[in-house]
Amino acid sequence: MEDAIKVDGLTKRFRAEGAPAVDAISFTVPRGQIVGLLGGNGAGKTTTISMLLGILVPTSGVIRILGHDMLRHRFRALPALNFSSPYVDLPGRLTVRENLSVFGGLYGVADLPARIDELAHELDLTALLDRKTGSLSSGQKTRAALAKALVNRPELLLLDEPTASLDPDTADRVRGHLEAYAKRSHASILLASHNMGEVERLCADVLMMKAGRIVDRGAPDALIRRYGRDTMEEVFLDIARGTGNGESEAAQ
Amino acid sequence: MSGSLGRIGAMLKRHLYLFRGSWTRVFDLMYWPMLQMLLWGFMTVYLNQHSSWFANAAGVLIGSVLLWDVLVRSQFGFTFSLLEEMWSRNLANLFVSPLRPFEFGVSLMVMGVVRSLIGIVPAALLAIPMFHYSVFEMGLPLVAFWVLLIGFGWAAGLIIASLLFRFGLAAESYAWALVFVLQPVSGVWYPVDTLPVWLRPLAWALPSTHVFEGMRSVVYRDEFRWDLLASAAALDAVYIGLGFAAFLYAFSRARVRGQLLQSSE
Repeated sequence: MEDAIKVDGLTKRFRAEGAPAVDAISFTVPRGQIVGLLGGNGAGKTTTISMLLGILVPTSGVIRILGHDMLRHRFRALPALNFSSPYVDLPGRLTVRENLSVFGGLYGVADLPARIDELAHELDLTALLDRKTGSLSSGQKTRAALAKALVNRPELLLLDEPTASLDPDTADRVRGHLEAYAKRSHASILLASHNMGEVERLCADVLMMKAGRIVDRGAPDALIRRYGRDTMEEVFLDIARGTGNGESEAAQ
Repeated sequence: MSGSLGRIGAMLKRHLYLFRGSWTRVFDLMYWPMLQMLLWGFMTVYLNQHSSWFANAAGVLIGSVLLWDVLVRSQFGFTFSLLEEMWSRNLANLFVSPLRPFEFGVSLMVMGVVRSLIGIVPAALLAIPMFHYSVFEMGLPLVAFWVLLIGFGWAAGLIIASLLFRFGLAAESYAWALVFVLQPVSGVWYPVDTLPVWLRPLAWALPSTHVFEGMRSVVYRDEFRWDLLASAAALDAVYIGLGFAAFLYAFSRARVRGQLLQSSE
């Protein structure tokens, strides 16, 4: 079975004369694996995710999602894909149930009312289903957005900071849910996060981005050992600031 | 095909939920058509008392204002539904789903019809007891005029949506103002002959002009002009085709420039 994500030479330039936002990156995400996409602000994570989702056309390169060429046949892959980002909202004047009903309809989900009830139960949204999404707290909105991201039981989930603005208890439960979902559904998850604890807990593999390039890759434990550090946070700082010796070793 | 209809249905549901949750939006749709109808209704009463020519064609101004509002509400309904997605930062959610741009466009067209019906029908009904004028007495020609003006409203909505995809919410003011450029040259209140000679070719290039000339023909001479109907339908087809081409092109350029995400963020 082909990888969930296969990217080759992916580049995006917004201006012909400027530096590329994403510079000839190549990577794969195997089926059933949770992979982290890390990097500082402006490293190219959101641009990369946008290209994977098909809402941004790359300047060059190849993207294959679940075996489909995203540049030519993205509508074959999109039904099995979903995403969540704190930078994109659900319509605030619709209730949570209405939003899930609309997106379930867009994805052609069978037996939608039962699926909505199931998600509400799993994400502790039952009491919030008939409340306007705009009236929810930021943590509740994040859970509602996650329910939307799971409504079609995606084979591939792209998550941009899925636990941003959640309190530690809720964030922990969301991580547990994502872990369980990936295991149960054999789904793949590409996770962009600034929470290094979350990355260490969830990700089997991590892609480190800097200035539009993938500068390192490996399992969290392996990266920590390679950089001679104790935590992923220290590894992140080494890479972001260009200090430490892991990066040069990786390049060699 | 059924998947496509299901996605269009989901988009319609999204906007109908919005109405259900906010009755002020529904009243907002009715407010301007009602106000316009009252204004021109009283104007008609006054003119009827002072002009035998107007007395012979009572209600033509009310008919004009109601039909003009069909065009305006169709365009507003189309554009407003797109703006709702931009205001709520929802475009990225929609376009990472299997929703095709074409299906999105069709759902906006249907919402143009729904919003124009909600806006115009109450005003048209109120005109009957208020001014003893029923636009519905035009019969089948009214249906033809309504369809043609809805179609031209779609075309205008598609062009304005292209501007919104290109320039984002910076182009929002065009959504409310652009259609009124058409009013002076569409012969809404006066025949095309009133316009200077050099402006008439431009007026005849608009389907709305053919509709309003056709309406006056029905009201003043009780004659339905099939030639005007045919030319308006042909022009509608051209403008809708051009509008859809511009809409799809602007959408594809927005994907290249990354504006679908920017308009959401």
